[in-house]
Amino acid sequence: MATIHIDGKEYEVDGADNLLQACLSLGLDVPYFCWHPSLGSVGSCRQCAVKQYRDKDDTRGRLVMSCMTGIQDDSYISIEDDEAVKFRASIVEYLMRNHPHDCPVCAEGGHCHLQDMTVMTGHSKRRYRQEKRTHQNQYLGPFVKHEMNRCIACYRCVRFYKDYAGGTDLGVYGAHDNVYFGRAKDGVLESEFSGNLTEVCPTGVFTDKTHGDHYTRKWDLQFAPSICHGCSSGCNTSPGERYGEVRRIENRYNGQVNQYFLCDRGRFGYGYVNNADRPRLALLRDPSAEEADITLSVDAALDRTAERLKRARRVIGIGSPRASLESNFALRELVGAENFSTGIEAGELERLHLMQRMLRESGLPTPSQREIEHHDAVIVLGEDLTQTAARIALSLRQAARGGAVELAGQYKIPDWNAAAIDNYAQGYKHPVFMATVTETKLDDIARGTYHGSPDEIARFGFGIAAALDASAPSVGDLDDDVQRQVADIVQVLKNAKRPLIIAGESLRSNAVLKAAFNIAKAVKGAGLNGSLTLVPSEANSMGLAMLGGESLDWAIKEFAREEADAAVVLENDLYRRLPAKRVDEALDNVDTLLVVDHTPTPTCLRADIVLPAATFAEGDGTLVSQEGRAQRFFQVYDPSYYRPNDQTHEAWRWLHALHTTIEDRKVDWTQLDQVTLEVANAVPALAGIVDAAPNASFRIKGQKIARSPHRSSGRTAMRANLSVVEPRQPQDKDSMLAFSMEGYNGTHEPRQQIPFAWSPGWNSPQAWNKFQDEVGGSLRAGDPGIRLIEPDADSDTRGLGYFSDIPSAFQLYHDRWQVVPLYHLHGSEETSARAKPVQERTPDAYIALGAADVETLGLDRASKVRVRVGKHELLLPLRISSQLRRGVIGIPRGFENIPVDIFGEWARLEQEVRA
Amino acid sequence: MSLITPVTSGLTSLGTCNSMPRAPETHPLTWRLNDDASPIFLDEYRSKNGYEGARRALTELTPDQVAAEVKEAGIKGRGGAGFPAGVKWSLTMKGEGIPRGYLLCNADEMEPNTYKDRMLMEQQPHLLIEGMIIAAYANNSYRGYIFLRGEYVHAAANLRYAVEEARAAGLLGKDIFGTGFDFDLFVHTGAGRYICGEETALINSLEGKRANPRAKPPFPGQSGAWGKPTVVNNVETLCNVPAVMANGIEWFHGLCREGSEDHGTKLMGFTGKVRNPGLWELPFGITAREVLEDYAGGMRDGLKLKAFQPGGAGTDFLPASNIDIQMCSNGFGAIRSRMGTALALAMDETCSIVSVIRNIEEFMAHESCGWCTPCRDGLPWSVKLLRAIEAGEGRPGDIELLEEIVHNAGPGNTFCALAPGAISPLGSAIRYFRDEFEAGIRSSSVQASPAAAHPSLGTA
Repeated sequence: MATIHIDGKEYEVDGADNLLQACLSLGLDVPYFCWHPSLGSVGSCRQCAVKQYRDKDDTRGRLVMSCMTGIQDDSYISIEDDEAVKFRASIVEYLMRNHPHDCPVCAEGGHCHLQDMTVMTGHSKRRYRQEKRTHQNQYLGPFVKHEMNRCIACYRCVRFYKDYAGGTDLGVYGAHDNVYFGRAKDGVLESEFSGNLTEVCPTGVFTDKTHGDHYTRKWDLQFAPSICHGCSSGCNTSPGERYGEVRRIENRYNGQVNQYFLCDRGRFGYGYVNNADRPRLALLRDPSAEEADITLSVDAALDRTAERLKRARRVIGIGSPRASLESNFALRELVGAENFSTGIEAGELERLHLMQRMLRESGLPTPSQREIEHHDAVIVLGEDLTQTAARIALSLRQAARGGAVELAGQYKIPDWNAAAIDNYAQGYKHPVFMATVTETKLDDIARGTYHGSPDEIARFGFGIAAALDASAPSVGDLDDDVQRQVADIVQVLKNAKRPLIIAGESLRSNAVLKAAFNIAKAVKGAGLNGSLTLVPSEANSMGLAMLGGESLDWAIKEFAREEADAAVVLENDLYRRLPAKRVDEALDNVDTLLVVDHTPTPTCLRADIVLPAATFAEGDGTLVSQEGRAQRFFQVYDPSYYRPNDQTHEAWRWLHALHTTIEDRKVDWTQLDQVTLEVANAVPALAGIVDAAPNASFRIKGQKIARSPHRSSGRTAMRANLSVVEPRQPQDKDSMLAFSMEGYNGTHEPRQQIPFAWSPGWNSPQAWNKFQDEVGGSLRAGDPGIRLIEPDADSDTRGLGYFSDIPSAFQLYHDRWQVVPLYHLHGSEETSARAKPVQERTPDAYIALGAADVETLGLDRASKVRVRVGKHELLLPLRISSQLRRGVIGIPRGFENIPVDIFGEWARLEQEVRA
Repeated sequence: MSLITPVTSGLTSLGTCNSMPRAPETHPLTWRLNDDASPIFLDEYRSKNGYEGARRALTELTPDQVAAEVKEAGIKGRGGAGFPAGVKWSLTMKGEGIPRGYLLCNADEMEPNTYKDRMLMEQQPHLLIEGMIIAAYANNSYRGYIFLRGEYVHAAANLRYAVEEARAAGLLGKDIFGTGFDFDLFVHTGAGRYICGEETALINSLEGKRANPRAKPPFPGQSGAWGKPTVVNNVETLCNVPAVMANGIEWFHGLCREGSEDHGTKLMGFTGKVRNPGLWELPFGITAREVLEDYAGGMRDGLKLKAFQPGGAGTDFLPASNIDIQMCSNGFGAIRSRMGTALALAMDETCSIVSVIRNIEEFMAHESCGWCTPCRDGLPWSVKLLRAIEAGEGRPGDIELLEEIVHNAGPGNTFCALAPGAISPLGSAIRYFRDEFEAGIRSSSVQASPAAAHPSLGTA
């Protein structure tokens, strides 16, 4: 800590900060552009100038850039000094010289950092009267719109895109007042994190194209604190809605999870919420009748469904890892625990249980995304993180860069001095080792890569464990070069202060997970302060595994054996999990198939009854992320306000109403909190979820929290097409949020649940700094969510022992290839794949083959390959992989028309003869 | 056999330096030069006492002693800023656990009206190489690069040829003079940006990055090229070192005129409408009048001196009344100005100060790297205002606006020294020749108010 005097007042600040951080953390407004809490200081914009005095007797002082000036104890600073004030106003004036007068038509207007800073510095009259320079704009793909004329050359875009996120196709070109930020030529931005440019850019150069297609000003949107459902990372989001449509998703700051950044799936994959083909009404299908589906009133739907379920011999409920704990629990209550399936395929469910045991019994804690950044050696087994849990890949990049920060720190270069760190460290990184089936977008930061089949990756991992701890089972027949690589890694692990092991579900390999466990256990045994990150596949996979329940295979078998004749499927497409034939055969035996979902999945299309469920935008619930963090997402809007006939409700509401209708009793659960509490009471492992967020009675100064900014306009007019009578605003009994601009929206009172970032004078995402204990730190009220899984203190003595079922070496055949799943951020996930912009970024399905196999088979780039796996036959275009090993082919998983049961199997290949 | 063909005749740096009277005792930089400017390569250089300074430094002194001697001799940077080279050297990180770094020669001579380093490199490349060997020894550098202005093709050829000669003679490479000291150097030609003369931008450019300057601290001596301790010195600075090593500090201190705090000699020049424009090696402390009148022959065609810039486009406009100023840093310090490179530009009374400064600011605005706001956006605005004033289209308030830009782009307010150097001439031009600016301002009665000029009101 250090004492500094700012404009005559004395403050205690963190001595490791720079002056700008210190001032902002104190809540003092100093304008800035090029500095960013996650990107550090480079001193280019000169906007944050303040006066620094030699001592308390110095009256002249000199201007310094606060972002580039370290804290000195007992120093004297002035923000309000006349020269500093004038200088800052001049800087904005210079920046505004070429900035167009297009705020009224600019998508950034109303959440623009440049607007905020212009107002803050008091620059209100343009003296520049000459011509402005102009630029050509580029096509950057379906996500990001480019308008270079607005650029103020703060360099943040390239610093984020290249330095922070590892992108290579965005750069800065030109010089003097003709610097250009863009690609070498028009084209889709390749990075999985391109959407962050829209928030990193302080003005409207990079804006959200998906938002532009149905644009609404920030102040006219209605928001809620939400959790991304796109993968298991658990990123916090802030979706904005108007007229019953989600209009955009922005990052919501969580100091322990995503901080300032999201991946593009999470930001741009919301389109499924708005799709016209969504079920919005309860539907009854009578296959015997000729006519189309019958829509039902809510009461009729409940009565007729209850009647059919009552008639059934046995009802089995199939839950879902993409639905909330509350909805899954409501289903379990409806059908009884003995009839409840998690909806997860048996192998995956087994691995999820294994993951849970690993997290408790390896002895190593699992880090938050933020904590991942603070590891100094990382081994990734099997996961192509950039495609399966992208935000974690971004954290991993920061862990690697931590090597540079640490090295420079030994040289007394402070951690905020970004450019100096990079100049000094010259790309030095903490070691990251990637063992994956094919090349990944983290290979560029890897000190070493290993590419092999899933079993080989497991053997590689077992080898590391054995080399680290002689008592761990050894692999025996590892190749010499692999052994050398293993020895290198072990050396690195032993020297590491905080090693991290990462594995996950994506290769669907028990062996890979077990190998990761053995490494973790060996790391723990060696007394190293390590951590373990495990990545399940879906938003609530962890939660479902903790809730418990049978596998989907079990449910399907029960139907096939005619042990049950009615199914209630919750937000789950069974065809994505098990072979179509098995699902079809099972469902043929089901007399009543009730599907509660928000998306017209193939399962939904087979249903006898469909009840329209809420997406994250229309309902609340709790999810458990990969780190075991229970987090609540909240309803963004009430669809029935805009569409009075809309019957969309949270699945738990439907299922509970159905339950009480069947039992002919009154509804018990009228509020989310009741359900959450029931879950917590019923499942000890989930007892903590009550504290994942404040309950519905939470108030600040007697007020609920406003979902809309106070400038929100048009409320009395927005339903005028339906009726000129303005109804009462929907009342939210489930949460502490109000469907209104009325309510608390300030930063003064600490709160965790923040629908949108705003503070007086701070309309852009930079307003998050106003909610934090220190800029870039944690929210003052604590970061949202609660962690449910901590390692068992006695795991050494009680926990799992080393696994010894090591797979045997890969067998190469001349006529057979093992099929491994490959993943795509855009395309592999079910719901986001229904968003049009994501579809534009999704490649066509393909078969990937290693270069050596391509040569042996005499294939070329333009080849199409016929793949026979079991009874499936696929004709796919070839993609040549530089790293896929011989005897292995990669096929994207989760894509339409790619069967689910080909992965891990052996395929025969045939080149399609071209005419 | 060298694959490089040196340029032995027709060098355009042939000039007054080759014809002025000069002696080893008084002209350490130019006494060896041939009257016909034919370059001095290894044999001739050695025959003229070449590499004796390096030999003494490496065989008789420790690196710290070399740095101390250079510091005591008071060799100041000759690139325009005048930072004491010995002080810079003493700040270079050396010692156990610290990697050996780089010695960079700043040969990116792009200051408008500055043409001294080219002469040294074209005609006397070994003098620079010898200076670099000594500097490398003092700073524990293991590699040297001469970062050479790309257009200097003759200098590049002769330097490369001389480097090969030196390497073949064991003066570069391993175990120089049998001392165990290793050092090698390479010529790297730049792609032509003024900003590359800024030492940290030079480092970035050398690393293959955009030529943006770096923030200091850390200074290059701590973390420079490729993160290693790095020293960047100007060509002429390094060329002064061998003679100091060979002849001693006392001799060096005797070279300058009385009243000069700078020691030694300086390559000085005078251009503009003078009778005999040129470049001369002259003692520090000589007056500008002597350079103009005794060496450059005074103003030509009966023109009268109105103003002069003492050392490059980045130095102040001084009125003719300052012509008796001593050419040394303290001489200019007394009037809160800078000597710069000491290659002066004379402006006669037919010169429009507004036009000259507009021309200079156009160059500077164009050469801004685009990194920091006052430079990137302030300089071009000044150009637009100056163009308006030059055309008689200036508006009331424009001069004050220019003065604001002068302040905002001044020392400490920008990321590097380019903008302060670029804008200080403008400040001095307004200070001394304000009436010429005022003449370009249209009277307020004709000037439309901003509202009345708004196109949508149909009045524009």
